[in-house]
Amino acid sequence: MAILETKDLSIQFGGLKAVDHLNLTIEKGQLYGLIGPNGAGKTTVFNMLTGVYQPTGGTIHLDGICINGKNPVEINKLGIARTFQNIRLFGKMSVIDNVKVGFGNSIKCSLFESFFHVGRYKKNEKEVTAKALELLKVFDLDGEANTLASNLPYGKQRKLEIARAMATNPKLLLLDEPAAGMNPHETAELMQTIRFVRDNFDMTVLLIEHDMKLVGGICEQVTVLNFGQELAKGETSEVLNDPRVITAYIGEDE
Amino acid sequence: MRKCEVTGVKKLTLSATAKDRYTTYGLVVLIAVAVQLFVSYGNASNSFKGLLVPTCVYVLAALSLNLVVGVSGELSLGQAGFMCIGAYVGATFSVITAESIASDAVRFTIAILLGGIVAGVFGFLIGIPVLRLRGDYLAIVTLAFGEIIKSVCGNLYLSADKNGLFVALDVKAKSAHAFDAATKVDYVNGALGINGIPRTSNIRVNEWAFVICMAVILIAVIVMLNFIDSKQGRAVMAARDNRIAAEAMGVNVTRSKMTAFVMSAFFAGVAGVLYAHNYNVLDTSNFDYNQSILILVFVVLGGMTKMRSVMISTIILYVLPEALRGLNKWRMLIYAIVLIAMMLINNSVAIKKLVEKIQAKFAKGAENKEGGAA
Ligand SMILES: Nc1ncnc2c1ncn2[C@@H]1O[C@H](COP(=O)(O)OP(=O)(O)OP(=O)(O)O)[C@@H](O)[C@H]1O
Ligand SMILES: [Mg+2]
Repeated sequence: MAILETKDLSIQFGGLKAVDHLNLTIEKGQLYGLIGPNGAGKTTVFNMLTGVYQPTGGTIHLDGICINGKNPVEINKLGIARTFQNIRLFGKMSVIDNVKVGFGNSIKCSLFESFFHVGRYKKNEKEVTAKALELLKVFDLDGEANTLASNLPYGKQRKLEIARAMATNPKLLLLDEPAAGMNPHETAELMQTIRFVRDNFDMTVLLIEHDMKLVGGICEQVTVLNFGQELAKGETSEVLNDPRVITAYIGEDE
Repeated sequence: MRKCEVTGVKKLTLSATAKDRYTTYGLVVLIAVAVQLFVSYGNASNSFKGLLVPTCVYVLAALSLNLVVGVSGELSLGQAGFMCIGAYVGATFSVITAESIASDAVRFTIAILLGGIVAGVFGFLIGIPVLRLRGDYLAIVTLAFGEIIKSVCGNLYLSADKNGLFVALDVKAKSAHAFDAATKVDYVNGALGINGIPRTSNIRVNEWAFVICMAVILIAVIVMLNFIDSKQGRAVMAARDNRIAAEAMGVNVTRSKMTAFVMSAFFAGVAGVLYAHNYNVLDTSNFDYNQSILILVFVVLGGMTKMRSVMISTIILYVLPEALRGLNKWRMLIYAIVLIAMMLINNSVAIKKLVEKIQAKFAKGAENKEGGAA
């Protein structure tokens, strides 16, 4: 069974059909790309998948469960975690605490135990600190664990967002332009990390990317959106050579 | 779903937050001991002694407000209202049980808990509608609730006779009531407030008043800082820093904000209980919005981040005007200059960098010392 399946997913803002009858099928373990020019509706798709926006039409199934109408908290608990195109870290918290927030729902600790640091608190906190450091290590952020998140350089902030999302132990990870603003070297490194995460954490990744070359290097399957509609989908190499796709991007990237 | 398994990370040191916590506890203990020594063995003036308990009350009130303003990131202007509830509940309890509970310590402890809990319950009830609002709206509505509480307490009549308790919000209802004159006792008397808070539970006359208050503050600070360094506390701060991201990470934002709000009301209530037991008579005149705003000033000028700096800022800003009384006409001018200076210090990038540098140095030193620890 597909881990994520949308049928005729649509949303309208006033007269604007931002996403129109989108059918996405993502299998477990896939690294799937969602590409398209500016304003195509990619981020809007993420916002619907995570419950930020309610679709005006169509259905979303996660692992066979319909998640239409659920709120972001419920959806995260069901197994979707995301990053944001415009970085949204917990800026006044330390790097490690950002990740610990992600682990929050996996910690069983009553308010009373938290007030007095008794009972399960000590053991849980030790465990979660260790797990958070492990995760930071994957993203090469363990050296900055106690830095304020807002003091991190841009590229590291993007990585921290991924680490934080992974801490919620999702089945499906949504990355919104994870390499935006990074230099080519950082980008290449990040793509390696994303592949590593997919392979080692048994993760399924849906990734929005603007840069077609970059998508070609990492995603097995892609869907191209244009003006809210699916323009093409399939094997990455074929789709990227599709003349319609190239036309949609002309004047954009190349 | 599978668990993350990456090996190779072993180094675990005492978290930075834990170190920071102990610094704050140390500071509270240090102040308590130093001041108490001065009071017991030095030649502390009466006006100095008279300032001690009120200072503690404001410190606790400011700390409690910081849970909402600093930790939760919401602007609340109703703190004096919660103090008022705590003060009235605590004082009424002490008056009623003045004879039935023999031990002052027991009575006072129960009064503190009761005042805090009732204030916390009101915090919860007020929080239900109020926490749906954001920013300025929340400030306005909490301000209104504070005033309502004050006004209700100021019109409250509580008496008893052999037939039981009598409660009214209207003096006419009270005069219409047929009391048994022989056994009638008035506990709460409308605008006149509560009279005759038992002298034995009056902490002002207690030589150890300051230490008792500081002990309460220490417990409060421990609970607050423990909370901040827990899953629930991190959720509150996450919701403060970015609501949308917090929700996407599975944080129940409403519940988190409510937790912080109720805790804040609880400790404000406790501050109110301390306040009430410093006097023989209690009325509502000291619980208006000016008081809430004063407390907010302490918090904001304390930088809103660290409980420690809120504490220090409150001590400076509360004690200073009193200490400057001798300077008469210069007093308010100096006070204003201090306010402005603190504001500048809080917002100056250069000073922040300097502080960070110093902190980094200390952190490095500590790490080197702990080098061997695994
Ligand atoms: N809340 C909203 N209200 C109205 N219009 C919206 C809203 N959110 C998105 N849109 C519109 O929907 C369209 C798709 O926006 P979206 O952000 O999904 O594009 P995108 O593919 O992510 O683009 P980019 O590559 O620039 O990030 C745009 O025209 C945008 O203006
Ligand atoms: Mg976008």
